[in-house]
Amino acid sequence: MLRLLQIEYIKLWNNRSSKVLITAYFVLLLCIALIATVNFDFGEIHFQVAEQGIFNFPYIWHFNTYIAAWLKLFLAIIIVSMTANEYSNKTIKQNLIDGLSKWEFIYSKFLTVLSFAAISTVFVFVVSMVLGLIYSDYNEASIIFSDLEYLLAYFIKLTGFFSFCLFLGMLIKRSAFALGFLVIWQIIEGVFYLILRSQFNSDTASSVTRFFPLNSMSNLIKEPGSRLSAVRTVASQIGETITKDYSVHWYEIVIVLIWTALFIYWSYALLKKRDL
Amino acid sequence: METILSIDRLTKKFGYLTAVNELSFTIEKGNVYGILGPNGSGKSTTLGIVLNVVNKSSGNFQWFGGNVSTHDALKKVGAIIERPNFYPYMTAEKNLELVCKIKGVPHHKIQEKLEVVGLADRKDSKFRTYSLGMKQRLAIASALLNDPEILILDEPTNGLDPQGIHQIRQLIKQIAADGTTILLASHLLDEVEKVCSHVVVLQKGKKLYSGQVDEMVASHGFFELRCSEQEKAVAVLQNNPTFREIKEENNLITAFLNEPMEADTFNRLMFDQGIVLSHLVKRKESLEEQFLALTEN
Repeated sequence: MLRLLQIEYIKLWNNRSSKVLITAYFVLLLCIALIATVNFDFGEIHFQVAEQGIFNFPYIWHFNTYIAAWLKLFLAIIIVSMTANEYSNKTIKQNLIDGLSKWEFIYSKFLTVLSFAAISTVFVFVVSMVLGLIYSDYNEASIIFSDLEYLLAYFIKLTGFFSFCLFLGMLIKRSAFALGFLVIWQIIEGVFYLILRSQFNSDTASSVTRFFPLNSMSNLIKEPGSRLSAVRTVASQIGETITKDYSVHWYEIVIVLIWTALFIYWSYALLKKRDL
Repeated sequence: METILSIDRLTKKFGYLTAVNELSFTIEKGNVYGILGPNGSGKSTTLGIVLNVVNKSSGNFQWFGGNVSTHDALKKVGAIIERPNFYPYMTAEKNLELVCKIKGVPHHKIQEKLEVVGLADRKDSKFRTYSLGMKQRLAIASALLNDPEILILDEPTNGLDPQGIHQIRQLIKQIAADGTTILLASHLLDEVEKVCSHVVVLQKGKKLYSGQVDEMVASHGFFELRCSEQEKAVAVLQNNPTFREIKEENNLITAFLNEPMEADTFNRLMFDQGIVLSHLVKRKESLEEQFLALTEN
């Protein structure tokens, strides 16, 4: 396993563009901390984002994993291109000839996906912990370490998403087209939702589309904005009460895990079936 | 003798096209093999199958007696097929480091093999800055990293300039002289003739011949001669049953033998008939002539 990771490490870290993208990704993750410094001054009203409770434990786990997940696109580009480039450079062929088995090839890519997801999760954990310790109103250990399932969900979400990218890279063999397909797929899922909603109702539509790959991944961590007390106050003032379930459900995790397994299996099946 | 690779009724179909058709042969340790055949005769497909990158339709192949899985066997094989494939953004040394990791070879081999192919001073240059000849030499260095039991080369001189071709050939000869088993696929016959002891001849995916190079066509060779009394000589030769065919071209008479005969015997035979030769050579058919004879029908 270590050997496979070393192989992927050599391939990735000697490539300038992936090095830049990976660095940019982690710098941007750090930038979540910059939200804390955002200040608005409207004459009398002084508004600091950090004081609106977004960095309160345990809410911060939800908020930060949600925000950080947007940046996954950076790593998605790397995953897609590291897979597709193996085809365009024909190095996939040379790797197999040199004695890598087809499964080892896919497995080494999957290990990279897992490492990216794991490092990213640890990173978000550390950044959130530091921010929380600075700004949170509650600092009791029992509160700090509650709601940690958001980090698990974040890890699963990234793993699932990157596995999808890996599969698209294997399937389409061209990074630009694979990324384009990713966007189109997102649109397809959206269109399906709209069609289902117009035919039935939004409940039926959601209950079907939550099994779709991208939808199932985004369902893992719901938007945290409406959970903010400031937003709730505004909502109640205009007579709305927000009732929404923000928690991470086990069956949502299972759906994403099943997709992940399928994507990896399909990638392997493709490689096995193809003549290179 | 130790068998390195045995292929048994291997078949590959691409849709309607049968690229490799019931092909069987074995590769023994220590020989230099050539796979001959025109373009599209199934050479690369065959190599692709045994190298784990093309799926067979039917038949079997076994590496090293079949005790190891194909990908483990490939760790003891060195192979380059078609163009050299490396990561363009990595230096030669990094590329070889990667191959070392895949094959499980210690890193100190890198310097050694780069010196063999004469690239040691360019090891820190990126692969994409290399000329085709250098790329091909790097590919050979990469294939040699594990001191392979067998070196497989598919059209190693394709697309190279004469100098590059010469360098690669020298390299192959040198490697063969070290006792490494080599399997060389090529449509360039003189290339195969210069280095190979055994050949497998393919046409349209079928095996026409496999065996030693000089036994390819049942032939006893031929004489080339010149003399002043050309017509008389031709008449004499035509009346002699030892010769199956007489050809005349540019004052040069070629007499093909039906049975073995030495040049001194022939010379005496002609002299006894009152014909004095000004030129006499005994030759065997070149690989090209043998190959054409074999693929004609």
